[in-house]
Amino acid sequence: MAIVTGKSQRWRIVATHAGLCLLVAVTLFPLLAVISISLRPGNFSTGSLIPSEISLEHWKLALGFSYSAADGTLVTPPFPVLLWLWNSIKIASVSALLIVAISTTAAYAFARMKFAHKNTILNSMLLLQMFPVAVALVAIFAIFEGLGSYIPWLGIETHAGLIIAYLGGVAMHIWTIKGYFETIPTEIEECAKVDGATHWQAFQYVLLPMSVPILMVVFVLAFIGTIIEYPVASVLLREEPNLTLAVGLQVLPV
Amino acid sequence: MNTTSWAKWPIVAALVLALLWLVFGVYAAGQPLWAVAGLTFGGLALYVYASARTLAWRYLFPGVAGMLVFVAFPLLYTMQIGFTNYSASNLLGVERARAYLLDQAIADEDQALTFTLHAEGAALRLVLTPPDGGAGFISPPLPLGPAVAKGASLIRMQAVPADKRVQAAPLSLREVLNHREALMELKLDLPDGRRLSYAGVREFGTIEPLWLANPDGSLTQQATGSTYRPNQETGFFENPQGERIQPGFKVGVGWANYSRMLFDADVRGPFVSIFVWTVVFAGLTVLFSTALGMTLAVVLNWEALRFRTLYRTLLFLPYAVPGFISILVFKGLFNQNFGEINAILNAVFGIRPAWFADPTLAKAMLLIVNTWLGYPYIMVLCTGLIKAIPADLYEASAIAGAKPLTNFFKITVPLIARPLTPLLISAFAFNFNNFVLISLLTDGRPDYLNTKLPAGTTDILVSYTYRIAFTDAGTNFGLAAAISTLIFFMVALMSMANLKLAKINEEKRA
Repeated sequence: MAIVTGKSQRWRIVATHAGLCLLVAVTLFPLLAVISISLRPGNFSTGSLIPSEISLEHWKLALGFSYSAADGTLVTPPFPVLLWLWNSIKIASVSALLIVAISTTAAYAFARMKFAHKNTILNSMLLLQMFPVAVALVAIFAIFEGLGSYIPWLGIETHAGLIIAYLGGVAMHIWTIKGYFETIPTEIEECAKVDGATHWQAFQYVLLPMSVPILMVVFVLAFIGTIIEYPVASVLLREEPNLTLAVGLQVLPV
Repeated sequence: MNTTSWAKWPIVAALVLALLWLVFGVYAAGQPLWAVAGLTFGGLALYVYASARTLAWRYLFPGVAGMLVFVAFPLLYTMQIGFTNYSASNLLGVERARAYLLDQAIADEDQALTFTLHAEGAALRLVLTPPDGGAGFISPPLPLGPAVAKGASLIRMQAVPADKRVQAAPLSLREVLNHREALMELKLDLPDGRRLSYAGVREFGTIEPLWLANPDGSLTQQATGSTYRPNQETGFFENPQGERIQPGFKVGVGWANYSRMLFDADVRGPFVSIFVWTVVFAGLTVLFSTALGMTLAVVLNWEALRFRTLYRTLLFLPYAVPGFISILVFKGLFNQNFGEINAILNAVFGIRPAWFADPTLAKAMLLIVNTWLGYPYIMVLCTGLIKAIPADLYEASAIAGAKPLTNFFKITVPLIARPLTPLLISAFAFNFNNFVLISLLTDGRPDYLNTKLPAGTTDILVSYTYRIAFTDAGTNFGLAAAISTLIFFMVALMSMANLKLAKINEEKRA
């Protein structure tokens, strides 16, 4: 857009740059402070932002190595941080995969098929998803305690149980995938059906390969959503080796 | 017809049988509710995948079932708990509370017999000696260990004259203590009909039950002879004088939890101020992050500005860091004595505010942190919406000689307000229930000093509910569930308004 600019333009740009730089500094300060504190020797959080002396002792502890302190004593890692990270990644990957599988098929039904009360079901799923999980923790705990007494590998303190608990949160993902499916012309699948494909084959070999981008997006969203989830994980997992990173980090003394 | 169709019905029949067998097993274990739930879901799944008329539901079933079991059912269960007195003191059903009371017993000190343990191969023999040193009793060889502790066992003792004792020397006290857990599970039947249990590190004694069951369901206290009847109104066993015994049991109390919330001064005081703070917190968070995010989106859309992509990436970073990490970081940064923020404030202004101890400062801190966490999301949303505004509008305003502020308030804001509103309402609803931020940063503290139930000045409704339900001072699940139900209806209202607005937007666009 070619617009004649006034004389004040240059000063306004300089002022904006200054303002933005200040804001970026404020925004990044907490993140830089963490890195700086992690590299400082000892347990002091005050000091200059650029550490005068770099020490990897905290990183060694976090990554599960022992190190020998200045006075010669051996310091062993107090918490299994890497194990927690592995737990988190494992739980998040498996539940994100399952969430993608479940919500893709459901979104296909919502986007392509005709059945009674379609809009009612979709809207009530979206409404239900609004219910804050933190207040239903008593009920969730009771469900998994009951479930665990019959199927021990799905009970409390199990990762399978936590993964199952996360499978309820699919409404938003169904909504996202459904929107994408609706942008793909139905005619392509109809062609496949004319050529003799069944419903499932049209879905599997025609629609799915065309929706890989949105499936990736939903996988990433579901992965992030589960890896940062705190309330349910804190109720269902309590033993130290079982924790996810989100729960485990809160145990660390701050 | 494909080749697999002949196998379909036998497989379905086998699955039906398997389901029935499982459900019957659960029912036989005394859990009719779980059996009904299992039967309903298993039956529905079989019907959906076996019937030819339910094609759409084959795709829908897993998602809908997941929602029903892990979202809808906990919700209904929570609502139901809201109408009961479920709490730490009223945890069990009436039958199990009665069984618990009937199990209570007191040892009779006068009838105690000292015992010794004697090794016999891998097993142990238990020998009882009366205080007068006369004829004692001896048990068969017992494999005492963790294994026997499981199935509490009745042991038949045999009379044995004083001179015919076992040969092996008795175990030392320390070795006896190692078997304490197993010994506590034993019940010894003497030939004369007395039944003894563990009564101390050296003794077994007769035990008298504290309570006697009456045919009408009431309990009689052995010591005083007074009768306690289960009161289905209050959920306690009560005697005619109205004295209650612990534990109580779970009963429906109707709307009592809700009326407590509204009319009981002890609960209502903190409840009202927490409710107000919840609304203020969610509202101000949305206001601040929108103001900051929208301004940034507009500024970063200014073509004369260089390095816009770099700024956008750097400013988006808070959104990329998981909340549980950045909240922890802020908790450290705001620390009164060691935090970086107070270090800077001290160097520049010479002050060290107590961010976590002062209610107003704690609230300010929550708003600062939440704005930091929230503005990137609004910024990204607004950037997308601003891109959709036709450029000729700005050209026209430039010809008319409008200044940037006029452009912002007369063109940008009116055009993005409508599509932004539903998103802002969901941001409000999200922050209305932002449990993670409150519980990880302040945990609701500093607390109000003069309340019966623990309540914090920075608590929002969800974290207050969590406290009532799970902290040791409260564990009042009933009241917590009632507040949860209330929260759900508020959130549902907001969401419905949201859906309506989104629909109006779509119609306007079409």
